[in-house]
Amino acid sequence: MATAVSFRRAGAAVLPALVFGVLFAVGWQVFVRAADVSSFVLPAPSDIWRAAVDAHARILDAAWYTGLNAFVGLLIGVTAGVLLAAVATRVPVLGRTISPLVAGLAAIPIVALAPLLNNMYSPVSTLPRREVVAITAFVPVFINVRRGLSMLSPVHRELMQSFAASGTAVLRTIRIPGALPYFFTGLRLASSLAVIAAVVSEYFGGVTTGLGSRITGSVGASDYPGAWASVLGAVLLGLLFYVSVLIIERAVLGRRAAAVL
Amino acid sequence: MTPAVSLSGVSKTFTLRRGSVVALEDIDLTIERGEFVSLIGPSGCGKSTLLRVIADLLVPTTGTVEVNEKSARKARLDQDYGFTFQQAGLLDWRTVRANVELPLELHGVDRSKRRARALELLDLVGLTDFTDHRPPQLSGGMQQRVAIARALAESPALLLMDEPFGALDEMTRERMQDELVRIAAETGAAVVFVTHSIPEAVFLSHRVVVMSPRPGRIADVIPVELGKRNADTRESPAFYAVITQVREALRGHQTTSAADRAAEIDRAKGAL
Repeated sequence: MATAVSFRRAGAAVLPALVFGVLFAVGWQVFVRAADVSSFVLPAPSDIWRAAVDAHARILDAAWYTGLNAFVGLLIGVTAGVLLAAVATRVPVLGRTISPLVAGLAAIPIVALAPLLNNMYSPVSTLPRREVVAITAFVPVFINVRRGLSMLSPVHRELMQSFAASGTAVLRTIRIPGALPYFFTGLRLASSLAVIAAVVSEYFGGVTTGLGSRITGSVGASDYPGAWASVLGAVLLGLLFYVSVLIIERAVLGRRAAAVL
Repeated sequence: MTPAVSLSGVSKTFTLRRGSVVALEDIDLTIERGEFVSLIGPSGCGKSTLLRVIADLLVPTTGTVEVNEKSARKARLDQDYGFTFQQAGLLDWRTVRANVELPLELHGVDRSKRRARALELLDLVGLTDFTDHRPPQLSGGMQQRVAIARALAESPALLLMDEPFGALDEMTRERMQDELVRIAAETGAAVVFVTHSIPEAVFLSHRVVVMSPRPGRIADVIPVELGKRNADTRESPAFYAVITQVREALRGHQTTSAADRAAEIDRAKGAL
């Protein structure tokens, strides 16, 4: 009963976006056909769809490869982000050291990093790509978890002091549960960024099995609908990551989860 | 009988970047067991600081503080008092019952005892129907009831309350005052109650401690003899007589500048 209601509610939330998406695709189709735009400038949605259907098995393989890189990198980045944020909160001296470094890390464009990391490893290694993903995913998780853990209202501080509670007890009963919504905000950002990073990291040589490689490969072969079909695959992969995190967030936080997608 | 709280020669000086501020000076006060005492005074008179000194949340610069014949620190570690704040300070992700259980959980009381005690306390504050609700689903007054139940969890002999009804509307506030009188009587706990409201202080207390600011001192201690409190108490002439007494005590210790300002306002009104 409750799930039926929540499904209906989710449907109602998604409907406007869905309608907009369909209208947008129709408008795009009509525009390309009416203005006779050549396919290397902008292929029609119907051409992209045909290319996607034709190559769906290969796109799926490529998505699997890129998705695995994104997933492993995300896992490493999130773990590191949570652990370092905890350390930075518990040991203020380290916090003051780490935080500016993270700010610096956030300013590094993946584009600048990927070719350099590629050079460090064998050309067939997936490691540099996963590292790019990990670094990208680390930043939002670290920043959000750090903020969440350091939020202790004066009332709660004094309350726990009046209970003669230890620092560990404060961490367990207030700081960690209080930081969970922040963690999920960071994780949501990180999950989308992870897919983007995994795709972009493939633009700079190395193994050519992923979605990013397919995009550059198709463009090189003047197969523009094919390139767009791979972009569509990347979009769907990103959505899969984002929605998975959203579902986990709802399951863990229940009513406390943010009401917005 | 030994007193619940005894303060002698207590002062508190805060050292700030630019010089220091004397928040409390020369405080001597004894509060008997089961006695209800309100601290009242203008902002900056140190009433909240005094409450925190009793609670060992702040350490006094000089003087001694004893709670239950122990040092304030020992009393805090032994959970001899419960504390409530202006904000209820509940944990939103816990149910009402789990919020009340929090101190018991922190002190290693086992699950079934915790649960039984929480239900008993929620019955005392009249929230039996809301045990599994989350705090955000409750009104401000109900949240304060949960906070009071939580403060009573360890059956303390002393309840320290820092403007707990300050954020409530007038009607809820009076109802909470009625409840608090009953709860204090039922538990037999002594209460130290910080407030800005003169009628609230008079209605609740056996004694009203009037404080003056800069530095915070006890200006006057006014005994309130109104007998058993009920709905008629708030209408009685005796109630208003004590209110007037407290108001005059507060006015007597206004700073000169404030008195001047008041006179100025009166003159301005006259001119109109």
